[in-house]
Amino acid sequence: MRKCTAANLDKLFAAIAENAALYLPVDDEKGTAQYKKWAEGTVMSNALNTAKSPKDFFFPQSEDLMKFKTQGKTIELTDIRDEKEDFVVFGVRACDVRSFDILDRVFLVDPRDSYYASRREKGVIVSLACSKPTETCFCSAFGIDATNPAGDVTAWKTEEGFFFKANTEKGEKLMASLEGLTEECTEEAVEAQKAKTAAILEKLPLADLDTDKFGGGKTAELFNDPAWAELSRSCLGCGTCTFVCPTCQCYDIKDFNTGREVIRYRCWDSCMYSEFTRMAHGNNRNSQLERFRQRFMHKLVYYPENNEGIFGCVGCGRCLAKCPISMNIVKVMKTVGGKKDE
Amino acid sequence: MQKITREVLIEKAASLLNEGVVSAVYGWKKGEFVYDVTPALFTTTEELEKEFVWGDFCGANFSKYLVASTRKIEGKILVFLKPCDTYSFNQLLTEHRFDREKVYAVGIPCEGMADVSKVKAAAGEGIIAIESTEEGLAVTTLYNDAPVVVPYAEALAERCINCKSKKHVAYDELIGEEGDVLESGRFDQVAELEAMTPDERFAFWQNELSKCIRCNACRDVCPACTCEKCVFNNPVSGAETKAPMGTFEEKMFHIIRAFHVAGRCTDCGECSRVCPQDIPLHLLNRKFIKDINTHYGEYQAGAEVGSRAPLVNYTTEDVEPCDVFERGDKNA
Repeated sequence: MRKCTAANLDKLFAAIAENAALYLPVDDEKGTAQYKKWAEGTVMSNALNTAKSPKDFFFPQSEDLMKFKTQGKTIELTDIRDEKEDFVVFGVRACDVRSFDILDRVFLVDPRDSYYASRREKGVIVSLACSKPTETCFCSAFGIDATNPAGDVTAWKTEEGFFFKANTEKGEKLMASLEGLTEECTEEAVEAQKAKTAAILEKLPLADLDTDKFGGGKTAELFNDPAWAELSRSCLGCGTCTFVCPTCQCYDIKDFNTGREVIRYRCWDSCMYSEFTRMAHGNNRNSQLERFRQRFMHKLVYYPENNEGIFGCVGCGRCLAKCPISMNIVKVMKTVGGKKDE
Repeated sequence: MQKITREVLIEKAASLLNEGVVSAVYGWKKGEFVYDVTPALFTTTEELEKEFVWGDFCGANFSKYLVASTRKIEGKILVFLKPCDTYSFNQLLTEHRFDREKVYAVGIPCEGMADVSKVKAAAGEGIIAIESTEEGLAVTTLYNDAPVVVPYAEALAERCINCKSKKHVAYDELIGEEGDVLESGRFDQVAELEAMTPDERFAFWQNELSKCIRCNACRDVCPACTCEKCVFNNPVSGAETKAPMGTFEEKMFHIIRAFHVAGRCTDCGECSRVCPQDIPLHLLNRKFIKDINTHYGEYQAGAEVGSRAPLVNYTTEDVEPCDVFERGDKNA
């Protein structure tokens, strides 16, 4: 384990930024944290997490795929992908780090998504352990340890400064480049902080959220549960939950005709939208109930069914904080399938 | 702190349900953390007693829900309306969006609603309990041993600080006293924006609108946005956009939406309340309201049913387009 004193932190950021674009959570003028590119003078946010998730780094909200031009009977295709430079994302919380695994299982299986894969190869994740979880956190329900996040490098922040542990080859390479600014240290301070945070995690109001009712093979049991009607009744059908979600991965591919050529791009789509996966035969989910159910069944049943039981939710709590009507996956989990103790 | 208690509203709803006057009740349903209240339909006294809440976090405006629910539900629906909600209610009636006969509207007084982000800014993260007391909201968090009291003035949502009216402009029955239309400072920030140079103003909106993630929450919650099919998600409209257009969303969505609701927006403030990126969208609408007031005389959408909005009406006193243009040009 290596340590960087608080006084050396800016130098550390500068050193990382010398070799790669460095992104980290920064407060905007209203105090909302969002990932921003580091530049001299950038102050890292103290917020628990960013309003938008870091999935944009690998799966941007909108990206150009190719363009094509027709002339007579010939068609000219050009790859116009935005080749991202090497980059480091610093300060990713345990929940969001898990979200990258969830996205990998979608984008890196056959057929491998080369746009996503190239960004994954170029990006280095420096995670940051939580020390002040909040009431909307429930990552532990999905077996995530907020005190010990994964990532290429794991970081812990204490009053003394930052502590780092490399977990992968990429992470070791990054830490090797920072040797002059860090020093070898014991794990004592980190262990103490872990214990302190673990005690808070136990007290969280959602600490006992139960996932037993969900998982692969539960489709027949849950699909026609009468609770879906009441849960979805007030849903506005907006895309807030899907767009702030670190694991929602659905997209649409569209063509934009500029008049001279056609640009093919893809952008995030939301299963909450009425036009989602509309096909020639029409729409396969015509009511908000069906659309609403799809989102939660995907995360809690279909995804684990296809991915060794891993849930498609990481408990980051963004949808709890942002849904305009305060309807969310926690309320769904507590209601669908009946309460466990009843 | 609200003056009317939850019990008074439950009693009213239960008696109307039991007498068969209404078959369902729109109300606020309790959540996990006091502040995460969900709009819900209640059909039994038991449900009301168990889950109905009324307090400082009941900001949601039910008016728009009536458009769909009055078509689906047999019998009358009881809807509780705060003063600002009644303006949306009237505006929807003006636009013939729901059948008035299918609704039993109960006006309830409102002392202003709290904005949970302000509460968190004052009391800290990790809220586990909030108590409404005389002094303010007593907030218990995971990190405080004793509750932190956040005075109401500090916790109040922007739209409530600038509340335009405590008067209910529509109801079948009113609980509490009739309030008054208020003098508010709701155009002050618009005036500040108008006083900026065009470059400053452009920078302000570029900064704000570039945060947009096109979740459409502002549109979907907006009582003035009740098109059966919005052009922005209609694939055959030619204007369908799912993603932000470039880095500055001004090109399409927000400005078109602001124009579309101009003269119909009652300034209920739901758009800014729900925005996950905290964009002050209400300022666009207030600019239109302020301009309409300036050029066509004071007009409040939803103040009465059936009024002709200045932009869809013609009078010989109407301002000449060139005057508007000149003024616009001067301030660009």
